[in-house]
Amino acid sequence: MNRIGTRGLILKEKLIFEHSDPGRKGYSLPALDVPPSTLPEELSRLEIEGFPEVSEVDVVRHFTRLSTWNYGVDTGFYPLGSCTMKYNPKVNEVVARLPGLAGCHPHTPERLSQGALGMMYDLQVALAELSGFDAVTLQPAAGAHGELAGMLMIRAWHEAQGSSRKKVLIPDTAHGTNPATAALCGYDVVPIASGDSGVLTAETVAAHMNEDVAALMITNPNTLGIYEADIRKICEIVHEGGGLVYCDGANFNAVMGIARPGDAGVDVMHFNLHKTFATPHGGGGPGSGPVGINKKLIPYLPKPVVVREGEKYRLDYDRLESIGRLRSFYGNFGIMLRAWAYILTMGGEGLKQVSEMAVLNANYIRARLEETYHLPYKNRSLHEAVFSDKNLGGGCHTLDLAKRLIDYGYHPPTVYFPLVVQGAIMIEPTETESMEVLDEFCDAMLAIAEEAENNPELLLEAPSVTALSRLDETAAARKPVLRYRAEA
Amino acid sequence: MEIRDELKYSEDHEWILVEEGIATIGISDFAQDAMGDVVFVELPEVGSNIDAGKTFGVVESVKAVSDLYAPVSGEVVEVNEGLPDAPDSVNSSPYDDAWMVKIKLSDAAQVEALMDAEAYRSCIAEQ
Repeated sequence: MNRIGTRGLILKEKLIFEHSDPGRKGYSLPALDVPPSTLPEELSRLEIEGFPEVSEVDVVRHFTRLSTWNYGVDTGFYPLGSCTMKYNPKVNEVVARLPGLAGCHPHTPERLSQGALGMMYDLQVALAELSGFDAVTLQPAAGAHGELAGMLMIRAWHEAQGSSRKKVLIPDTAHGTNPATAALCGYDVVPIASGDSGVLTAETVAAHMNEDVAALMITNPNTLGIYEADIRKICEIVHEGGGLVYCDGANFNAVMGIARPGDAGVDVMHFNLHKTFATPHGGGGPGSGPVGINKKLIPYLPKPVVVREGEKYRLDYDRLESIGRLRSFYGNFGIMLRAWAYILTMGGEGLKQVSEMAVLNANYIRARLEETYHLPYKNRSLHEAVFSDKNLGGGCHTLDLAKRLIDYGYHPPTVYFPLVVQGAIMIEPTETESMEVLDEFCDAMLAIAEEAENNPELLLEAPSVTALSRLDETAAARKPVLRYRAEA
Repeated sequence: MEIRDELKYSEDHEWILVEEGIATIGISDFAQDAMGDVVFVELPEVGSNIDAGKTFGVVESVKAVSDLYAPVSGEVVEVNEGLPDAPDSVNSSPYDDAWMVKIKLSDAAQVEALMDAEAYRSCIAEQ
């Protein structure tokens, strides 16, 4: 078969400190023609011990070589389940770099930043329209930050009712950040087992609902990629019991333009702009986790809130019941711009197609692999498929399969998550991959299953074509070396 | 897979040994094998109270982070101080070197509700 990964020209690279040569430097400055400024002696030092002394080309080659070891969504297929590693269209980058927007200072007066405020307002409206909520805040800087904002609003609502409920229900198919968020907001987490079907039933929620439950946090579609079809009934039960429903919207990519969580009765949901709306993932860069809410929570929105008055936009700080400010200035504006550009380029129909293609692609992979790889939950899944390593031969496990996929030229899928599946292999292709890419990936998965039967050492010793082969992850975690020392 | 006859077991794969009202708790051989190489252990403070069914610590392996669920309630009278510096003993010696906490039982009847070795053997056979 046609493998993308080959043994190419992978250059070894030393640490920058090891390139150092005493006296070498990457600059030449003209002679000083003004009196030198003097710092107090205790604040100045003449030499920095151990600092690398290198030329410009040493530095450029060092970092360029290191960059060739990297793998990103611009390099190839990246089926990292739960993370939604879709391609990020470059037009979004162009928009974010327009000088009038990129150079807009956050202290610019409102009357001179009407365009920027208008964009934020329009993005709020578009997200509310897509999700069926009454209001949206753009402030949170990431998904988990959005969860925090949402749960703080839920707590504020309960406090305003004079209630001091202590518990939050969370099914085992929710995202792992949900229990952490509930705990951070001062709640006791009550885990709920989803059962053999992988779906949370209304009966199960009813059995756990009581007057000490402040909220249910549910991920929909859940982390097995399965739609929580009882969501409407579940929301009714929680509401009747005096609680609110938080939906983790990290998987909104699968239902955009098809189902609106607000219409189903959900009170709060965060969006991950980097998952659903094609803004860049990580790389140390900023994220954005807007939160949509039901109208009863509007008084508690983080402030300032972007509001429209006639043809003008302004930032409203006069909100006595607000949970307060969550982020310096107004959130990660550059990321909002990219998401807004994406929404406008796709359009309503386009966004619906995004979800349809994401679901179709995941189900195509599921159909091609489910006879070979064990699929623990048979329910119809949406945007991702979760397999286990149960059928993998030759004493090979999920980790070995993941390492072998690197040899075939793919970023491995998410492994050992969700925890409800032993040896989970969680594959999410996203909508941006063609059928050819999906077929090549499935061919690789099937070839690896055969290798496990007949030639397991290919998996157990993988990866073999990388700059470094299998690393000792256990030793790295048990005895980490966190700092370079020249003498070591 | 070693399952010791003298111990009781919980559905969350903790083992417990009761001697004169003091319960010693750790995780089973099955649990350590399922988790893979353990790299980090976090235990409660001496003097704190742990409640049956609630978490009392954390074990992290190269695969995942797992909570430790208390099989019984009581006050922590001793913790295995050396364990956080030798997390590998959870893998090599789950029943001896890697005991985790000793607690003074607040309700001895809770122990009776746990599985004996035979029941635990059939419990893990289903998984």
